[in-house]
Amino acid sequence: MHVTSPVREPLIQGGKTYADVTEDICRHVEAAPTKEWKIAFGISLVVLAYGSVCLAWTWWEGLGVWGLNKTVGWAWDITNFVWWVGIGHAGTLISAILLLFRQKWRTSINRAAEAMTIFAVICAASFILMHMGRPWMAYWALPLPNAFGSLWVNFNSPLVWDVFAISTYFSVSLVFWYIGLIPDLATIRDRATSKISRLMYGTFAMGWDGSAKTWARYEYISLILAGLSTPLVLSVHTIVSMDFATSVIPGWHTTIFPPYFVAGAIFSGFAMVQNLMLITRVVYKLEDYITLEHIETMNKVITLTGSVVGVAYITEFFIAWYGGVEYEYYAFFNRMTGPYWWAYWAMMTCNVISPQLFWSRKLRRSITFTFFISVVVNIGMWFERFVIIVTSLHRDYIPSSWAMFSPTRYDIGDYIFSFGLFFTLFLLFSKYLPVVNMAEVKAVIRSTSAQLPAKIAGVAKVRQRGAAEPAYNKDQE
Amino acid sequence: MAELSGKYLVGVYDDDDTVLHAVPKLRKAGVKIKEVYSPFPIHGLDEALGHPRTRIGIAAFMFGVTGCCVALTLMIWTMGIDWPMIIGGKDPISIPNYIPITFELTVLFTAFGMVITFFISNGLGPGTHFHPRFDVRSTDNKFVMAIDLGRNSMSEEEISRALRDSGAEEVNIKQF
Repeated sequence: MHVTSPVREPLIQGGKTYADVTEDICRHVEAAPTKEWKIAFGISLVVLAYGSVCLAWTWWEGLGVWGLNKTVGWAWDITNFVWWVGIGHAGTLISAILLLFRQKWRTSINRAAEAMTIFAVICAASFILMHMGRPWMAYWALPLPNAFGSLWVNFNSPLVWDVFAISTYFSVSLVFWYIGLIPDLATIRDRATSKISRLMYGTFAMGWDGSAKTWARYEYISLILAGLSTPLVLSVHTIVSMDFATSVIPGWHTTIFPPYFVAGAIFSGFAMVQNLMLITRVVYKLEDYITLEHIETMNKVITLTGSVVGVAYITEFFIAWYGGVEYEYYAFFNRMTGPYWWAYWAMMTCNVISPQLFWSRKLRRSITFTFFISVVVNIGMWFERFVIIVTSLHRDYIPSSWAMFSPTRYDIGDYIFSFGLFFTLFLLFSKYLPVVNMAEVKAVIRSTSAQLPAKIAGVAKVRQRGAAEPAYNKDQE
Repeated sequence: MAELSGKYLVGVYDDDDTVLHAVPKLRKAGVKIKEVYSPFPIHGLDEALGHPRTRIGIAAFMFGVTGCCVALTLMIWTMGIDWPMIIGGKDPISIPNYIPITFELTVLFTAFGMVITFFISNGLGPGTHFHPRFDVRSTDNKFVMAIDLGRNSMSEEEISRALRDSGAEEVNIKQF
């Protein structure tokens, strides 16, 4: 007999039965694309096309089309890379770390959040390829035998660590996501009416039958994958931060970077999850699955990580002054009051002040306000990376090499490319795959559903689908 | 996965708790259950059915050790033996610098090795059977118990009655 604590609101509302869950989530996969979806998809394709033209020109002409100069050698490219990788971190946090902590509310959002992770990492990787200038040489970053003697890659370099970290992160996240998808693909396969969708979903469901033995193994590997992904996700942004921290540039050379970057990553990632989920729940009518409770919980995570980021900014600044290293002090003082003061204060306002507004229960349960703050946080986190990269570089040791950075249309166009890519992929995902993990939601519905007392009394509403009527009774195969 | 043959009794349950409590009851009554199929994992069901604990964790550990060794061998051989170089005043072989990549490759090998083992041990893969063989609703909202009549000494009627007594809402016959 299950007992629910009356203190908490049920995770899934509307008194859903198992059949209701299947019906609600599969509906949008099985229906023809809606007009809104087509319009949104069209817009993202146009954005992607514009970005692709800019990207093609960047590669054809070379990195000279960007606004980089001899002093500022990294700008929007690495800013965008770090920003996208950071966004990806929330998905893994939701699917892995919250699984280890047995946070059942994650079941409604983990599928979409993890998809977001995968697409964000693809966008991040595209900036790595872009900033190489000659993407056809990208394989030089791998330890392959070569014609230079063999001269190997430098395994002491954080940039090489990053190659391994990002590719491992991407492939493990993809596998984790796919394993979670298989049971749901099987559900869609078994409901499919057309031959083509039965073949497609059937192929990717890999013959899943949901036997007790398979489920036991499934749960076991999910747990191990979560256990592996947890240190993995922390290692990824740690290594990204080491791209900066192991150099000797004032403003970069600090030991606080790894935890500060990880907190910032989760902060911006949750903001992006909020943006996507707030739209998805309305478009696909998932208000019973992604409830105000979910939104509020995510806002609490945003406040927590935002506070960690705020403390990190202040610590960094304090140490720059207290450490007594002039270059370090200058780098930070210049951030606040130098020519890029507006970027610094934009970052401080968006990242430190705005999440603190969520201490008000009314604000953190307001959907409009949440959406607004999520956008603000993402802008702030983009500025954080811009501030770290550009303001640390633009004042070189010799004043004669001081320079400013201004983006060209190709800097901006390549950034637009990543948005086009991200939204195209996300829209395809949200149309053709179930956006909520049906199997996991069904597993938590019992202990959380509002109609639990009725269920115990055995009067559960059972809605049978026409196709599944017991044609199997006494049938011979 | 081996092809099925013979005659099966298929008990269809409406509720995960019912099926979980039905399993020990039926086993006590002497019914040999082939397998239970459910739309989501039911904790304790595999133990109730008497399935041995999965050993996939051991495989995962072995893959992890392999990944760790591959990473260290690769880096020590390339950096220290094949083309030794002093970079940043460090030893050609400097283990602390190798920790990040060793960790990443350990995770990579463990994850992929474990997932491939999972597919093989469950007989999953592209091109395998495209339908749950006993009842299609077992991926939606029903909990389906399959009993191989060829492996049970009890008669069809006896088992059918036992299934109904344990809470099955339907009992069907499936012939392969």
